[in-house]
Amino acid sequence: MKKVYGSASEALEGVLQDGMLIAAGGFGLCGIPELLLQAIKDAGTKDLTFASNNAGVDDFGIGILLQTKQVRKMISSYVGENAEFMRQYLSGELELEFNPQGTLAERMRAGGCGIPGFYTKTGVGTVIAEGKEHKEFPTGPDGAPETYIMETGLFADLSIVKAWKADETGNLVFRKTARNFNPPAAMCGRVCVAEVEEIVPLGSLDPDTIHLPGIYVNRLIQGAHEKRIEQRTTRAA
Amino acid sequence: MTQQAKGWDRNRMAARAAEELEDGMYVNLGIGIPTLVANYVGDKDITLQSENGMLGMGPFPLEGEEDADLINAGKQTITELRRTSYFDSATSFGMIRGGKIAAAILGAMEVAENGDLANWMIPGKLVKGMGGAMDLVAGVGRVIVVMDHTNKHGDSKLLKACTLPLTGKGVVDRIITNLGVLDVVEGGLRIVECADGISEDDLRTATDATIV
Repeated sequence: MKKVYGSASEALEGVLQDGMLIAAGGFGLCGIPELLLQAIKDAGTKDLTFASNNAGVDDFGIGILLQTKQVRKMISSYVGENAEFMRQYLSGELELEFNPQGTLAERMRAGGCGIPGFYTKTGVGTVIAEGKEHKEFPTGPDGAPETYIMETGLFADLSIVKAWKADETGNLVFRKTARNFNPPAAMCGRVCVAEVEEIVPLGSLDPDTIHLPGIYVNRLIQGAHEKRIEQRTTRAA
Repeated sequence: MTQQAKGWDRNRMAARAAEELEDGMYVNLGIGIPTLVANYVGDKDITLQSENGMLGMGPFPLEGEEDADLINAGKQTITELRRTSYFDSATSFGMIRGGKIAAAILGAMEVAENGDLANWMIPGKLVKGMGGAMDLVAGVGRVIVVMDHTNKHGDSKLLKACTLPLTGKGVVDRIITNLGVLDVVEGGLRIVECADGISEDDLRTATDATIV
């Protein structure tokens, strides 16, 4: 089965649908699928729900889809860096579901592993726990009961992720902290499209160092990435 | 006698917080004053976690050596160390939720005498999100809050009950402020230490929470 496509637009052909749930990798602007986001903008797909830790900035990342009003809802843990996002949210145009960051990551991982729900202590006693099932488990000191809430696995229609290198079977290798949400996001989609900086010859990736096996990747493209830095910080020499 | 001689400044608070850390600990530092704690660990063997997927966080890079693929949870460019490892977000919060991180040092808007913590939203103001704060306070071994004792209106941030939406319920172990160090214990807060030039009476006067 051929996984490698010529461009981001070709790789998304036939998998985009208005109203779909898309899981996207990335943390801030680090490791975001910038080419696929641009292609979704070009395709004009509407009413999208994105499960993504952040919403990009005004002119990069998911921000470019907010400008064109293609996003109906965000499932995120932190959205502070995007003025257009805030404008649409405060005016009621955009729906927002806050998930604690670890809960969001685990919802993706669980969905990808066929687990529809799990219990976590995160958010107990906060607004996050409202309306959710509470259950005690004997996990405290000497088996003392502790309260957990149930969170659900996330099953996305489409995953879009960014990796450093791939082979043509879709085995992926990430680089440094650009890995972040990409593996769990890739796992939870019915279809996963990955963009990489380089597709290397089959056999040149050490099988022991592959971060995400190609079974999770359906389509693949290679392209040049801007890789924008959000907060450039340095120390004196 | 000037007023600024009383209490600790940001760096003294960070230095005091660093005393909480022990050799061999894996630690997560929040944004703001907690970030400064890294400057005061001295010879102790401390590994810093950045919850976006890194253990062994190094200092900011030299100019020209920034790497877009290497950032901390505050989205700042950083560097790696010889001990560094990288992992995905689910694994990162697995180690947090699983209690493998010994301590988190965090800022706060309010702390209550029962250990409730509020540091993520002010109703009616712009809500940016909780990020990883709720996971951290629910999962790590010990939660240490470093913050000013009072807000900009001079009101105590150590309260009988939090007024803001919570980040976690009963999660705080120790509070380090510009006026001293307090522990959350049965029935309220216990004074552990007073800052330079601060008496126990000063601390009691500045604190709304019950001091036992």
